[in-house]
Amino acid sequence: MTSAWRMVVGAFGLVALAIGFLAVVYLTAPAKPGPDLERSKNSAKGLYSLTIAPEAGEPKQGELHAWVVTVKTRQGAPVEGAAISIGGGMPEHAHGLPTSPDVTAYLGDGRYRIEGMKFSMTGWWQLKFGISAPAGADEATFNLVL
Amino acid sequence: MAGGLLNKLIATAALAAVLAGCSDAGFSDTEKRTIASMSLSALAPLPPDPTNRFADDPGAAALGATLFFDTGMSRDGNVACGTCHKIDRQFQDDLPRGKGVGETNRRTMPLAGVARDPFFFWDGRRDSLWSQALTPLENPLEHAGTRTAYAHYIKRRFGERYERIFRPLPDLSTVPASAGPFGTPAEQAAWAGMTDVQRDGVDRLYSDIGKAIAAFERSLVHGKTRFDRFADALAQGRQPSAGDDLTSEERQGLRLFIGKANCSTCHTGPRFTDNHFHNTGVPPAAGLPEDRGRVAVLAEVQADPFNCLGKFRDGGEEACGELRFMQKSSPELVRAYKTPSLRGVAERPPYMHAGQFASLEQVVGHYATAPKAVEGETEIHPVALSDREKAALVAFLKTLSE
Repeated sequence: MTSAWRMVVGAFGLVALAIGFLAVVYLTAPAKPGPDLERSKNSAKGLYSLTIAPEAGEPKQGELHAWVVTVKTRQGAPVEGAAISIGGGMPEHAHGLPTSPDVTAYLGDGRYRIEGMKFSMTGWWQLKFGISAPAGADEATFNLVL
Repeated sequence: MAGGLLNKLIATAALAAVLAGCSDAGFSDTEKRTIASMSLSALAPLPPDPTNRFADDPGAAALGATLFFDTGMSRDGNVACGTCHKIDRQFQDDLPRGKGVGETNRRTMPLAGVARDPFFFWDGRRDSLWSQALTPLENPLEHAGTRTAYAHYIKRRFGERYERIFRPLPDLSTVPASAGPFGTPAEQAAWAGMTDVQRDGVDRLYSDIGKAIAAFERSLVHGKTRFDRFADALAQGRQPSAGDDLTSEERQGLRLFIGKANCSTCHTGPRFTDNHFHNTGVPPAAGLPEDRGRVAVLAEVQADPFNCLGKFRDGGEEACGELRFMQKSSPELVRAYKTPSLRGVAERPPYMHAGQFASLEQVVGHYATAPKAVEGETEIHPVALSDREKAALVAFLKTLSE
């Protein structure tokens, strides 16, 4: 074997080794962590515990639909007469919600119906609920991926 | 021995190259799901319109079709809906701005699938198909007519048909020949001088005109395109028939459309629209009055007497969610315009809300460079696309035609 051939074979070997190394790195890299998709959580200051649920099945892109938000104190007592503001949007697209959802009914047991929700695009959405009740004002942010 | 090893290495490299080529031609499972969601086969049946109880009445639709093409429905007798919404041109007119009695400030929109929109016009200044149909009739640049003139015209030309479909005609014997809230000062004064009962009767008849035209427009649907036949074959795991397969350039364009170029973020679903309004930094057309898009019409659609919350709606208020919960104030509505459907798009330049761009190449160029908006903030970000990638996107858009 001439030294020229040896160099060619060696070069191929090095390239193959590099490709193998990159493949291992690429294939074992941890997936990008997504936003937390919990539908029950405590508000930012810990005054309330919130649970959200779509009223009639998982929402579909582009359809107006309603959610039920359940607000309880940390001790688990339902919160009645809360003023709830709703905001949010798509953090990756720097825009808010495409509609102005609003509380339209108190359903009892700390449950509030929110109508007028719409997700006009697929992707990562945030819903922010501002809660104002005798225990104080607090807020909670939920993530949804459509 | 060394030669054998070398041959093996060369063969391995060649095999790797072939495999890379193969994987590039196919679509991932995620891509396949997205492509299937954009096929016309994924379009849900047209929902009923409870705000218009004549929406699916064949008699109303037939009268609506007659009115749509009737130039008698204008001040000068020369303009019909079909003047700008040309039946053989996807119901648009190929002009930068529509021309009725005068030249408007906006590109005429095509009408296929229009009954599925929650809001109408480029800025969404009406909230139903039937209230939309009434607006150009009184616009001085479009049909330029007046409300009482239309009432008299309907009675004279279509009185019997009208009564058979809708209701008894109102008493027009003492109603002025030409009066309305948007006419000349004399016509506006004549309108103000009418009794409440007279105005109400004319308004009711006028809303029925809109409901008839809307019933007709509900029949305007999208046709299957080469893309749809390709998407259906892909979803069913079969080879598309020869004429329906996408070329490698068109496939590359499709992959960019739903991937790196971010087009499908807004141009989504079987109609290629999210039915919402966005500022995408499209420059104003020279020489037109100030145009601020969606933000400028929020009060107008809420105050429209023919909107969903008004007394001319049929059915209950529960159908009015889009209006009740519409975004009422938001900085992102400044110079925001509706995401248009892209079906048939290659056959209808010029593009954008005032015909600013003459070609799809210009449109793709705009979205790739994402220039700053003249007012408000554009929602789009620059995307580095090579000339070949831009051409591939245009090639894909051409598959959205029948």
